[in-house]
Amino acid sequence: MKLDQIAIAEKATAADVEGALSRSRRSLDDFAALISPAASQPVYLEEMARQAHALTVRHFGRVIRLFAPLYLSNECINICKYCGFSRDNPILRVTLTPDQVQTEAAFLRQQGFRHILLVSGEHPHFVSDRYLGDCVARLRPEWPSISLEVGPMETEQYRPIVEAGAEGLVVYQETYDREVYRQMHTSGPKKDFDWRLETAERAYEAGFKRLGIGALLGLAPWRGEALALAAHCQYLLRRCWMAQLTVSIPRLRPAAGEFQPLVPVTDREVVQLVCALRLMFPEVGIVLSTREPAKLRDGLIPLGITMMSAGSHTEPGGYTGQGRDELHLTKGGRLVKPPRPAIESEGEHATVQFEIADSRSPSEVATRLQEIGYEPVWKDWDLALNET
Amino acid sequence: MTDRPQRLRIADREFHSRLIMGTGKFASGELMAAALDASGAELVTVALRRANLTGQADPFANILEFIDPKKYLLLPNTSGARNAEEACRLARLGRAATGSSWMKLEIHPDPRYLLPDPVETLKAAEVLVKEGFTVLPYINADPVLAKRLEDVGCATVMPLGSPIGSARGIETRASIAIIIEQARVPVVVDAGLGAPSHAAEAMEMGADAVLVNTAIAVAADPVRMAEAFRSAVEAGRAAYEIGVAPKRREAEPTSPLTGFLDEA
Repeated sequence: MKLDQIAIAEKATAADVEGALSRSRRSLDDFAALISPAASQPVYLEEMARQAHALTVRHFGRVIRLFAPLYLSNECINICKYCGFSRDNPILRVTLTPDQVQTEAAFLRQQGFRHILLVSGEHPHFVSDRYLGDCVARLRPEWPSISLEVGPMETEQYRPIVEAGAEGLVVYQETYDREVYRQMHTSGPKKDFDWRLETAERAYEAGFKRLGIGALLGLAPWRGEALALAAHCQYLLRRCWMAQLTVSIPRLRPAAGEFQPLVPVTDREVVQLVCALRLMFPEVGIVLSTREPAKLRDGLIPLGITMMSAGSHTEPGGYTGQGRDELHLTKGGRLVKPPRPAIESEGEHATVQFEIADSRSPSEVATRLQEIGYEPVWKDWDLALNET
Repeated sequence: MTDRPQRLRIADREFHSRLIMGTGKFASGELMAAALDASGAELVTVALRRANLTGQADPFANILEFIDPKKYLLLPNTSGARNAEEACRLARLGRAATGSSWMKLEIHPDPRYLLPDPVETLKAAEVLVKEGFTVLPYINADPVLAKRLEDVGCATVMPLGSPIGSARGIETRASIAIIIEQARVPVVVDAGLGAPSHAAEAMEMGADAVLVNTAIAVAADPVRMAEAFRSAVEAGRAAYEIGVAPKRREAEPTSPLTGFLDEA
């Protein structure tokens, strides 16, 4: 990314914005103009939204693909200041067995989901490549599409997981600002910025067909994050040309550790960024999670969203209570004997990664989609396409 | 004039309609069904990845339930496949699940422009034809590839006008003209037809049929747009059969200058 693109993002003129709006294929300079304060003027934002809507409908149709996250484990060896699973947080942790994962997945399948995202903290012992392969193999017969959002691995570690039936890999850089990244990630393998940055390429080499990247908004000034994300996206489109690319721009949510966003991002800015991403990348999927509240989610759908989660739980065992008997408390990464009454009490569960904001059930979300003229698509992939 | 039959004939089937419909991108199954009805189409393509291929009913993957098998011949497609192996596997599962051995062969490894892979398409076509499928391959407008596919036994060739969903019309006109000129199988112009006039243009050029999806599915009123495409296809075909006047560089008076010679 050139430094002058950051300057454009901050100081673009009305003429720059109009130029960017008038082109059908846009450069990174145009993208910078579209995320500038000048472009946030109501007249331009409305025009961006109009164009973003038209492009999304043309490329993706009036459909939204639904998926559900399934948390496998909240064990983690990293210290990340903003994350509920951070090693130094004294929280209740558990890693589900493949049997328990299957039970959780069966519940999601009953609700309609056919696309699942397996999520976990980074812990090579509890969440090994072999364990992930076992979970994927277990789910494969029932799930046409299985994606992972887990700690980055080597290409050779990914291959057996792909062979087991996984087709997508999601890894967010969190922040593309190296200095902020260093401050946020103080311990564990996640400290290595470049190792994380190159994950999508290693996953592609290993045979993953869908790659998801993103930035966690709230850590560094969002315009810089957006530019870096767009540059990363542009690079991956050329480098990993056979992969279906998705981007996501989650905002920080309340979590254990009580971390507060360093640079809050407003709803208006989220809208501007979704529109700018769509205008820059007409064919790239944009994913929206339950981190955002229902009203904003509904409003963002026509502007560029192509995939949504619904009814999510962000703790292992969150859907059916699996793993409740194996909960344990860790403090500073060390096991603490759990206070028995707490564990035995009704409704005790592992600690969430973050609090969700849209608590509507999957069927409520599907109904809402239909009300606003979109078809909820539960199945858009087939096992036959996974076998390699 | 042309000595081609009035009706479209693909493999052993005859069709009144020369408009083939796609089923993606619609806001609901009901709307899709209404648009299919209005289009007059008899041949309808469906992405197998959207359908349940286990043979059991699934309310969450029920796109096939909106396509009346009494009214339409189902043309499953292999969209999502990135190579011949994936396409063949999907085709076999699709045949087992839907009972249809007609297959629109789509292999586009690049999810951005969805441009078809000629090498893998030819490879898959050869395999599927041998396995008894009626194969309709989606291809770039490459006349040599079209002949090669015809030679391995494909029932049609389906060259693109422009990338899927792009609405840019027939950007590959010169190559499509060669494909039509040389073809022994029906030529179906597929992809990129964004307006009824594009469809009419393809038909006037002598294409045997067109396949339309996005332009109808994402229209503000898909049912009326389906009617518009239907009319355009019929008009274009009629003009082709009658013979469209050749283009000239200069004006030609409607009252000929030598007309006086014929006067009594």
